[in-house]
Amino acid sequence: MKQEKAFRVILGGAVGVVVVIVVAIFLTLLWGSLPSLQRFGLGFVTSTTWNPVTGEFGGFPFLVGTLLTSFLSLGLSLPFSLAIAILLGEFFREGWFAETMRSAIELLAGIPSVIYGFWGLFFLVPAIRYVELSLGVSPYGVGVLTASIILAIMIIPYSASIAIEVIALVPRDLKEAALSLGATRYEVVRTVIIPYARSGIVGGILLALGRALGETMAVTMVIGNKNALPDSIFSPANTMASVIANEFTEATDEIYLSSLIEIGLLLFLVTAIVNAIGKYIVHVTGVERKE
Amino acid sequence: MNEQRIWIRTVKDHIFTLFVALLALLSVVPLILILYHIVGNGIAYINWSFLVSLPNPVGVEGGGISNAIVGTVILVVLACVLSVPVGIAAGIYLSENRYKRLSYWVSVAVDILQSIPSIVLGIIAYLWVVRPAGTFSAFSGGVALALMMLPIIVRATDETLKLIPESLKEAALALGVPYWRTILRVILPAGLSGILTGILLGISRIAGETAPLLFTAFGSPFMVLDPTRPMNALPLLIFNYATSPYQHWHSLAWAASLVLVAMVLIFNLTAKVISTRWKVRF
Repeated sequence: MKQEKAFRVILGGAVGVVVVIVVAIFLTLLWGSLPSLQRFGLGFVTSTTWNPVTGEFGGFPFLVGTLLTSFLSLGLSLPFSLAIAILLGEFFREGWFAETMRSAIELLAGIPSVIYGFWGLFFLVPAIRYVELSLGVSPYGVGVLTASIILAIMIIPYSASIAIEVIALVPRDLKEAALSLGATRYEVVRTVIIPYARSGIVGGILLALGRALGETMAVTMVIGNKNALPDSIFSPANTMASVIANEFTEATDEIYLSSLIEIGLLLFLVTAIVNAIGKYIVHVTGVERKE
Repeated sequence: MNEQRIWIRTVKDHIFTLFVALLALLSVVPLILILYHIVGNGIAYINWSFLVSLPNPVGVEGGGISNAIVGTVILVVLACVLSVPVGIAAGIYLSENRYKRLSYWVSVAVDILQSIPSIVLGIIAYLWVVRPAGTFSAFSGGVALALMMLPIIVRATDETLKLIPESLKEAALALGVPYWRTILRVILPAGLSGILTGILLGISRIAGETAPLLFTAFGSPFMVLDPTRPMNALPLLIFNYATSPYQHWHSLAWAASLVLVAMVLIFNLTAKVISTRWKVRF
């Protein structure tokens, strides 16, 4: 009986630890950003000055940088992940081609982000610089657009894999009904599959967005790390994650460190909310119940 | 469906199919390019001495990544030691008490933990371990990675144990086996492959993580085995070398990338083999 009790206590303790960890993470971030919260208040979110020398900190440029790169990358990746989803969820569900594509997408998700950044630095940055030269804008190479392209490549597997599953879940009789009425395959996709799978696809996109918002290394390496509002998609900028990665070890005084922690807190809140909405939508559409 | 002529609709259909196939194939191009660059630039530097020797100072040709490989292994082991027992226990609790109110909140907590960006977990490990200890350390890096791995293990355990039929448990209980032994000797072994797959996927996910190590494990040019000191790791080394201005270091970074991708791939493949060959099936 003793062991019985001990066993239950251990299990209960473990879940207790999980909950305590999450609460403690939030409280730690809050506590760490207190000095900055007290000094700058809500103005922190809207101020565009980030000056470690004078001790003035505002996170608006990074908020903009994060949102800009994330949504841009989402837009860039959407046609591709949708195409993959339609191809693998509807056109080719089985066979060597589908298997190869699936493995390729898994591999794309498995490559560490620092390697994406490295590759971006040595392949994408020169390519973008070339494009910028021919467009006549300042040829930084690094910047919002470069970061967004890298992010787009990185998040394709996330939105695609959920979209594949929802599209595969569209009932056969619905599709066959449309086909028997003389619809072409394109019309089936447009009028049956997409409407049926829409909310699941959106949920997957939100999960991919959550991933893009928090992505650090690849973005840090190719965004140019400039602490100002980007004035075009070609200009260097910084995201919330990249400014933390760049400056955290340099932050010597209390208010500097605290401001960076507050950026972390903001990032935590934004991703938690986006992910919660995404998970909720995916859950409601019932992809999880498939297996 | 509409008034358009059939040939227009057929043409539209063909264009659509072509477009979908083209876009899908295009999205594999970056993968091929990345692999091509890693292998093309890295393979020439990979040899035995690269794997077993220490990095050389700037300007000295040659040098290896042995300390980073060892560091990554130590960090992964630390993360596993910290996260696997708690993760499995929490997963068992979730699958055993599915309708309890606490389970709901734990589930929410796991979701939140999973959504936290890795860089933020780096901050947490810094505030929890590095600042009180006064020094960067491998242990703090292990804590950050463990926080990343924990939700993966909880989910894998919970999802796997859900698949195991109630009758198996009831049979054990009917034979008079106590509850805790039923779980440990009947239920867990039955779901072992699923849990193992989860752990391997978790490892392949954290082995390449850089962001949470930047201000925890920090990196080091030496061979460090003591977890209370700063330690190098493969992704950290790649980041530091890739952003350095030295041509030679870039080459080493490509080679190190190849090693890292191979490592991640091996973990992924092993997980896949385990989950297909040795499936939890009832």
